[in-house]
Amino acid sequence: MSSEQTRKLIVLAAIWAVLLLAPYWMVPLGGYTALATRVLVLGLAAMSLNFLLGFTGVLSFGHAAYFGLGAYGAGLTLKFLALSTPLALIAGILLGGICGGLLGLLIVRRRGVYFAMVTIAFGQVFYYIAFQWSSLTGGDDGLRGFSRQPLDLGLFKIDILSSANNFYFFVLFCFALAVGAMGFILRSPFGRTMIAIRENERRSRFLGIPVERHIWISFTLSCFFMAFAGALYALVNNFADPRGLHYSQSGDFVMMAVMGGMRSFWGPLLGAFVFVVLQDYLSSMTTNWMSFVGLLFVLVVLFFPRGLLGFLQRSKA
Amino acid sequence: MSEAMSSRANVLEIQNVTKRFGNLVAVRDVSLNVAKGEMCAIIGPNGAGKTTFFNLISGFFPPTSGAIQFDGQDITKLATHERVSRGMARTFQITEIFPELTVFENVRIAAEVAAGYRLRPWINRTEVAEIHQRVEDTLKLVSLETKTDRLVGELSHGDQRASEIAMALALKPHLLLLDEPTAGMGDQETYQITQLIRRLHRDSNYTIVLIEHDMRVVFHLADRICVLDQGRMLAQGTPQEIAANETVQAAYLGTAA
Repeated sequence: MSSEQTRKLIVLAAIWAVLLLAPYWMVPLGGYTALATRVLVLGLAAMSLNFLLGFTGVLSFGHAAYFGLGAYGAGLTLKFLALSTPLALIAGILLGGICGGLLGLLIVRRRGVYFAMVTIAFGQVFYYIAFQWSSLTGGDDGLRGFSRQPLDLGLFKIDILSSANNFYFFVLFCFALAVGAMGFILRSPFGRTMIAIRENERRSRFLGIPVERHIWISFTLSCFFMAFAGALYALVNNFADPRGLHYSQSGDFVMMAVMGGMRSFWGPLLGAFVFVVLQDYLSSMTTNWMSFVGLLFVLVVLFFPRGLLGFLQRSKA
Repeated sequence: MSEAMSSRANVLEIQNVTKRFGNLVAVRDVSLNVAKGEMCAIIGPNGAGKTTFFNLISGFFPPTSGAIQFDGQDITKLATHERVSRGMARTFQITEIFPELTVFENVRIAAEVAAGYRLRPWINRTEVAEIHQRVEDTLKLVSLETKTDRLVGELSHGDQRASEIAMALALKPHLLLLDEPTAGMGDQETYQITQLIRRLHRDSNYTIVLIEHDMRVVFHLADRICVLDQGRMLAQGTPQEIAANETVQAAYLGTAA
């Protein structure tokens, strides 16, 4: 094994150790477990967006739609269909992923700014549906009246509602599944065609890659991951918010990905961590917290164009 | 064309293609047959429609009229990637590569797509070994085997060109289209690329169509030369025939000399 591989393994082990022990180090540092859970869920969302943005080179500004659909899918299932956390998650994933796949067929015909505009437009459609269809979605007030259910493993049940730590580890398990799948895809021949498209679309076409079809697959996969994050978010809050579908939420995800480093796999998680922790800390002091996060974002983009993680990796090398 | 040539199977048959952009006729009623194993050079002054003609062959855009056959099948309406998967590979006047990936990674993508793995979520060990072998063989062919782990964007212009040709070769094409392979190169690099193309033609028997400005290269390499001028096919023939052709000399060679 080369020293490069060894180093990568050590870094990977360190990341998972930090995540596994988060409830035990965040609390002494003045945080709380639910904050760590939010970081994981929003980090998964930012990584899902980055699957498309950083590794296929296509910017979607409407990904919150699929995040929100995942949340409503999970919430509506718990409220009206079945009192089961796994079923709620699956319903959320399917709702967001399938809607993303269908709309993606239309969206991938455009490229660049037009692609971003079309993603916003379709995203807003779902926002207005959730906003207007009060009888089903609760409208402006959001979807309430459901809560995550204990996990029934046959022999015993795990309480994830009142135990913040249990819920954190459940979310970490889901996070690991999704992130593992993403990493697996990115190392595959298909994943390498995504990177080829990011690097040079014309060359990819002239190597025989049907570029639109590959972007569509990447877009759809990214929507499924996004919907998974959204479904988990509904469980975090026991609530689904129409603003979770809004394009400003999409902008937050883009900000997390870019701030953390969109060329790196783990960058968006770091971006989400900074974003969520700053939001939590600053919003207790000022209602104007977003200007501080915005300022940080501008500084990162100006001085560390490869994001925080990109900067850390460079200074180490 | 000699009888020996026409008795061979044609890889490419282009019948009366025309391409209009609004009022401009970039390519006007051009026909061309390329036999298997042949090396055909397209020359002509700037703006003669050479690159547009190449774009028609490789499917960048469809012709306004006319038909293109490849390996005996009509491909006039096929998209680029479909033409590539039938065995057509192309390089560009301005090198099109993946600058932030290594030489190995550049060629591996081509080899994996050519092997039909582009949608595969995983490949097994035997398949990985086969791909690696193919990449190594291709890199040896273009003399880049000592630079496999270098980023392509950091290589010299000549080596970037060679990487692009390696990507095209990894597709195992029946037809290789080279758009000005020596553009922007010094004498040493021009010589190396010319030797490479000659090896591909003579030793590996590739069918090649190339656009080239450097007349030394063209007359050194080509079996047949086609002269385009203002979108029209002015003349085609062996290097000797073209050198002796008065119309060509008046339109092109005379001014270039």
